[in-house]
Amino acid sequence: MPKTANKLTNLGVKDIRDGVAGGDFTAREVAEAFNAAVAEAAALNAFIITTPDHALAAADAVDAKRAKGEDLGKMGGVPIGMKDLFATRGVQTTAASHILEGFTPQYESTVSQNLWDAGAGMLGKLNLDQFAMGSSNETSYFGNVNSPWRKEGSNAAMSPGGSSGGSSAAVAARIAPAATGTDTGGSIRQPAAFAGITGIKPTYGRCSRWGVVAFASSLDQAGPMARTVEDCAIMLEAMAGFDPKDATSLKMDVPAWEAGLSADLKDKRIGIPREYRMEGTDEEILKSWEQGKEWLRDAGAEIVDVSLPHTKYALPAYYIVAPAEASSNLARYDGVRYGLRDLPDGAGLQDMYAATRAEGFGDEVKRRILIGTYVLSAGFYDAYYNQAQKVRTLVSRDFAEAFGQCDAILAPTTPTASFPLGSLNDDPLTMYLNDVFAVPASLAGLPAMSVPATVNADGLPLGLQIVGKPFDEQGVLNAGLAIQQRANFTAKPEKWW
Amino acid sequence: MSVDKATVAKIASLARIKMGDEELERMVPELNGILDWVEQLGEVDCSGVEPMTAVIENHLRLRDDVVDAIPETAGGRREDVLANAPAAEHGFFGVPKVIE
Repeated sequence: MPKTANKLTNLGVKDIRDGVAGGDFTAREVAEAFNAAVAEAAALNAFIITTPDHALAAADAVDAKRAKGEDLGKMGGVPIGMKDLFATRGVQTTAASHILEGFTPQYESTVSQNLWDAGAGMLGKLNLDQFAMGSSNETSYFGNVNSPWRKEGSNAAMSPGGSSGGSSAAVAARIAPAATGTDTGGSIRQPAAFAGITGIKPTYGRCSRWGVVAFASSLDQAGPMARTVEDCAIMLEAMAGFDPKDATSLKMDVPAWEAGLSADLKDKRIGIPREYRMEGTDEEILKSWEQGKEWLRDAGAEIVDVSLPHTKYALPAYYIVAPAEASSNLARYDGVRYGLRDLPDGAGLQDMYAATRAEGFGDEVKRRILIGTYVLSAGFYDAYYNQAQKVRTLVSRDFAEAFGQCDAILAPTTPTASFPLGSLNDDPLTMYLNDVFAVPASLAGLPAMSVPATVNADGLPLGLQIVGKPFDEQGVLNAGLAIQQRANFTAKPEKWW
Repeated sequence: MSVDKATVAKIASLARIKMGDEELERMVPELNGILDWVEQLGEVDCSGVEPMTAVIENHLRLRDDVVDAIPETAGGRREDVLANAPAAEHGFFGVPKVIE
């Protein structure tokens, strides 16, 4: 790659947008540089398909607008990676599953359309855990994503986190300046933490779910993944907004989050939930949490202890609610309307459904559909599903009470750093525990972000999480910015791909 | 509560996922591991607590009573609807014979 192209791929959203607008380089030069970087990085398996022509066409449109002196949009000239959970018109959308292999939407998801309208282009569709079910990117039908990060002195393939693992790997590897993610129970924040990047899940309802392959509809939320808080603020502004096609879309204006950024936390109180001090949490993570408190104090905030008494029950409640909703949502894959059909010789309709779904779903997806079917079945609904939804009310109430004493909450994003691919496959439960710190905010629909804090002794990134009040993405972004300015996280993976 | 192989077979049938003996046997301990673990929710005193129905306060909107108000979700798009069907014939979804 020529030297200038290499320089362009080191830029983030803001620098690309401003550079294109200012005429330092063209959008086409940027798209070409990233298309080349993507083509070189096949070993990461971050993309299921690449769409270099889409990126170039969007770039040419932005360059043409600039020549005419028109507004270039919030993301003008920025090529991004699109998680393959967003329906993209005319471009295969699989949710990393076999059952949707070859599915070509005839429509565009609202979030992706918003991004194209803002001047962004698409580098390709990013790999993920199948139907966004997983925390390591090992459940994709299209193979594991390899993290660009490796332990110091080791060649073992590491997990980029999940489910938005293609997104985190691509942004960390500098083959995309930013990517979309979706977060159902930590799927933006955990991979962001594992890959040393920044990612925010906004308040439930900020980003339209229309055209996003559904996993658990009461939890699913889209959000940006990028390398800085500023870049996330810009991209979230472009993604969010009221959509009449989504019944749970918030009818609220999108705040000017980028313009509102301020790292001055004077008069802000940051809560430290005592129940997050859990057994099994890595010492270095606890140390980074202490460091995070110092940074926020330095930014002017007051640190206060808060209690979230039902924290321990959030994860088991999630593993009833999410599979229950998934079992219902995934009933649509029937081999009739779209996707795979497996019709054994002489089979009737019911046999066709069962054969199609056996062939089209991976193990983790089947496991969750079965759990969901069981907890919703007659005789068990009250004991499992209703009880879990009551616990969810209590988890949400805990946050509401804590926010009486603080403006935002600081916690680790994950209990450990990234782990080698294949190391947690024996037991689904140990994998689920990855999201123990991320799930409570999901159950309560709250905005939450992961920001890189430091690297551990193995040279792997660790993230800090900020959880905010409903609709207070600004408060979350501002606390994140205060951490970013003090953490001065400059580590990046050494190129091996 | 725990599940045995017959129960897993029943759930798999309800979920319309074909599973052989070996797969059912593999699923039994995996599902029981998860079910044992979620059992702890029973410890929580939820008396007087309403199950959550909406995570963020929001009201259900009514759309204008206009035909085809939103083009993407409107009618008259048969070709689009059928475009990804594994078997589309004569403008319909094709399925195996369901009536003898």
